[in-house]
Amino acid sequence: MSEVKVQGEVSQTLFEYLHMEILSHLIESYGNEKKGEVISALEALGSRVGESMMERVSKDVPRFRTELDAMIFLCKQFWTHMFNKQVDHLKTNNQDMFVLYDNNFRLLMHLSESSQHQDKSPLFLAFTSGLITGALSNLGIKSRVTYEVPKMPQCFFQIKINL
Amino acid sequence: MSRQYVGRSQSDRKVSVSGELFALTYGALVAQLVKDYETDDEINKQLNKMGYNIGIRLIEDFLARFPDIGRCYDLKSTADILAKQGFKTFLGIVPLVANWNAKGDEFSLILEYNPLCDFVELSEDHPNLLYSNIICGVLRGALEMVQLDVDVWFVQDTLKGDDTTEIRLKLNKRLEDAVPAGED
Repeated sequence: MSEVKVQGEVSQTLFEYLHMEILSHLIESYGNEKKGEVISALEALGSRVGESMMERVSKDVPRFRTELDAMIFLCKQFWTHMFNKQVDHLKTNNQDMFVLYDNNFRLLMHLSESSQHQDKSPLFLAFTSGLITGALSNLGIKSRVTYEVPKMPQCFFQIKINL
Repeated sequence: MSRQYVGRSQSDRKVSVSGELFALTYGALVAQLVKDYETDDEINKQLNKMGYNIGIRLIEDFLARFPDIGRCYDLKSTADILAKQGFKTFLGIVPLVANWNAKGDEFSLILEYNPLCDFVELSEDHPNLLYSNIICGVLRGALEMVQLDVDVWFVQDTLKGDDTTEIRLKLNKRLEDAVPAGED
């Protein structure tokens, strides 16, 4: 069976709206008071997708020598493959902590900059944080991710590895 | 959850995400719905409803990107724009418009390639699941916002072993200027 390489692209807007609908559906399913469960569900969804995505993206890439190399790959090739842009900034303590900064995060771009959405911002990043843990897990790296939106559409993800 | 969307700037126009990310995310959503609902019928309805909610917003984005598209006075032009600009802009594909009925109020969109289905195999546990039903909802919602009341359904699906994927669209009536409520 011949392998067909699919190189499709879908408008970011459509993906954002799909993401929103997933959020809405989970909030409706679990209830407005169960934000914690909604977040966990989103992270779990993201994790499955992240793992598959990383598998495909890193298929022909040689093994990473260090975790930093893996993280750089995540910030550059992987992030670009997903969002058509790289992570803007990567900070590390050179041991087990990394912080990814995205100043124009795709999934926040349609939301207004008012503080109205600030308190809901964990909901908007939970899926992507799952993408990160799933992607790293595919590379054999266990991680825990926390995240914040200092100001729309900027965000950062704090990643602790070697748990 | 109230949503407030800012307008898109010129520079955002061509921004895209990987089709794989979209397909995998959609697949995760369908898997979630399969967990949350008992029957295929309920899942199909929910997909259609979610599509509707996306469609009513997507059309605004579309009209903002193509401000030169005037009112369509006949279904043939609408169908053309839907296929050549709508689908192209958002899904990166151009379905074929075909199989018009004699009255001219019903036609099909033939998709040789459905980006939603890249990594999917339907399990036998869900024989009545319309995997890509979200598309029908999107079309229904988008067209309602331009005053067209349509029914949209799947006629053929490659996921089910058919040769192509065929979505059929029937115009019921043109709506007056009543604003439809979003389906929450």
